[in-house]
Amino acid sequence: MVQAVIFIVLAAILIGSALGVISARNPVHSALFLVLAFVTSAGLWILLEAEFLALVLVLVYVGAVMVLFLFVVMMLDIDTTTMRQGFVRYAPLGVVVAAVVVVEIGYVVWTRKLGVTFGTPVTHAAKYSNTRALGDVIYTTYAYPFELAAVILLVGIVAAIALTLRRRPGTRSQNPAKQVRVSAKHGRIRLVKMPSGRSRGGEAP
Amino acid sequence: MTFTLPAFTPAIPEMFVLGMGCFILLVDVFLSDRHRVVTHWLSLATIAATAWLTVTVAENAGLLTFSDMFINDSMGNVFKLFTYLTVALTFLYARDYFNDRNLFKGEFYVLGLFGMLGMMVMISAHNFITIYLGLELLSLSLYAMVALDRDSPAASEAAMKYFVLGAIASGILLYGMSLLYGATGTLDITRLGVHIAEAPDINIGVMFALGFIIVGLCFKLGAVPFHMWLPDVYEGANTPVTLYVGSAPKIAAFALFMRLLVEGLGGLRAEWRTMLIVLSILSMAIGSIVAIVQTNLKRLLAYSTISHVGYILMGILVGTTAGYQAAMFYVITYVIMAAAAFGIIILLARKGFESDRLEDFKGLNDRSPWFAAMMLIVMFGMAGVPPFVGFFGKLYVLRAVIDAGMIWLAVVGVIFAIISAFYYLKVVKLMYFDRAPEGMKPVEASLDMRWVLSGNSLAILLLGVLPGPLMALCARVITF
Repeated sequence: MVQAVIFIVLAAILIGSALGVISARNPVHSALFLVLAFVTSAGLWILLEAEFLALVLVLVYVGAVMVLFLFVVMMLDIDTTTMRQGFVRYAPLGVVVAAVVVVEIGYVVWTRKLGVTFGTPVTHAAKYSNTRALGDVIYTTYAYPFELAAVILLVGIVAAIALTLRRRPGTRSQNPAKQVRVSAKHGRIRLVKMPSGRSRGGEAP
Repeated sequence: MTFTLPAFTPAIPEMFVLGMGCFILLVDVFLSDRHRVVTHWLSLATIAATAWLTVTVAENAGLLTFSDMFINDSMGNVFKLFTYLTVALTFLYARDYFNDRNLFKGEFYVLGLFGMLGMMVMISAHNFITIYLGLELLSLSLYAMVALDRDSPAASEAAMKYFVLGAIASGILLYGMSLLYGATGTLDITRLGVHIAEAPDINIGVMFALGFIIVGLCFKLGAVPFHMWLPDVYEGANTPVTLYVGSAPKIAAFALFMRLLVEGLGGLRAEWRTMLIVLSILSMAIGSIVAIVQTNLKRLLAYSTISHVGYILMGILVGTTAGYQAAMFYVITYVIMAAAAFGIIILLARKGFESDRLEDFKGLNDRSPWFAAMMLIVMFGMAGVPPFVGFFGKLYVLRAVIDAGMIWLAVVGVIFAIISAFYYLKVVKLMYFDRAPEGMKPVEASLDMRWVLSGNSLAILLLGVLPGPLMALCARVITF
């Protein structure tokens, strides 16, 4: 009973925040709604006794990915007024398409049985450890997909570096080695011998 | 729980490509730009060695390993060998193009090899998880390769479109897979097939999943109405990258159709046939009609891809062994023709001149009679003129369709084949009957590129004269 109440509350918040992600006017608010969605779905996973996954979701997605995301969103100068141009013009068409899709899916689902039986989630003994259960399979049964995921991350790194690291002629950057090697005698101060005298009418000395 | 080490032998080619990809990545860092060609030859040597390894381990065909997530069967091995061939052609054609434009970077080769690894994983996948991971490995490499030319706004735009639409398609595919898992409780292809065959009636959850999976797959293959990314990516990307995107991944996507629809969801053949008929006719129609007004050859070839995808789907939707064999023959021959077509565009391109507009092909016969003849072979092949191999691809597919009793569909296919012949013949007309604009230089290219490209084009003629062996190969490996 308590679990059902917690589930309904968390599910309601999750759906609400997911709607917030796509409807908020300010992209920062959208990102924050997404954080809320992640945290509530982590709560749902804990209800399913998948506490390791829930914690990883909070640590990785909320703690790292979304923080980075927020930084990027705040750095971007997004002009929401230009993005909204044409919204009113295209809105009727969008509403019609969405309505058609909703009616179609609704028709299909309501006229036939869904045919899927929803069982109650498996409950485990008090000593059950989700972390251990995952650890048992991830490097054994699922070793191959695990390695593939690692390769995908490697490709991500290669792609990110290939696309961003390059020397542009116009940019100014420091060369630490050169800075360390500098000495007062060599190159830093240059003494120029100039003949003394007055410059003539307006010309540079 | 006890752990037994999985058999590694069937996956040796994959492991070798992964290892060599990392090795080339490291070697490339220490190479100066002058010695960059080492990366080029090292990548080609890797592909050659992988092909040898694939042939060697093919003895163990039909072996499942890694908890049944990986399958090494003869169908997959044939697909893999043709994938290696097209990736190797891409690398060979790309060298001079990138050299001319100061884009000759090791990343192209490394991403190309990792993309090839993704295709191998897709081809050998026997579980939804590996299908998805292989697809993502390929897609991520492709997005990055399209974006590699950072100074070109068109390439960046193409990469962005491809990335966003590709991510949505992956999401849709994943959603379909999760629905299917919810309905059947398994991610394994064979067990899924058994489950669906034994199910008393088709439930709506599975049908939903089927719809999502077909949308995801058709996006990757480029069937109408999921084709929007194709012309922009083909036109915006550098021509060698277009060649990569437009050739080998089609083989891998076809392998996914075979694994997912035929092996996994074969029990729902009557359901997906109706969906594929619509997609196939739409693809042939849009691909044939919209291509007529194109002025950019890369865009034209993109629409031609879309219409060819229609014929490939036609072979699949028949649902008979002969249909699958015809579709496989079609995919392989199409990929060879596409490689030659983009190869010729690369050959004619020079620094600051992409040679991808139709008018750039005016009077090619005066500039280089030999390569005009090669382009003629490619265009006739794509149009399906006998004795070139495109004719036999269409013939086998249409024969399978007629044998299955869908004569009206075959008629539709023939009508669109005739419409599409118009724009292929237009290219031929431009090459032979128009005068070259003033100031066009004669064609220059390195010796290896000339030889390989000529061989690639002549293969279209040769396979057309002797289609028997390749068809026999397709017939041997497809036994569903």
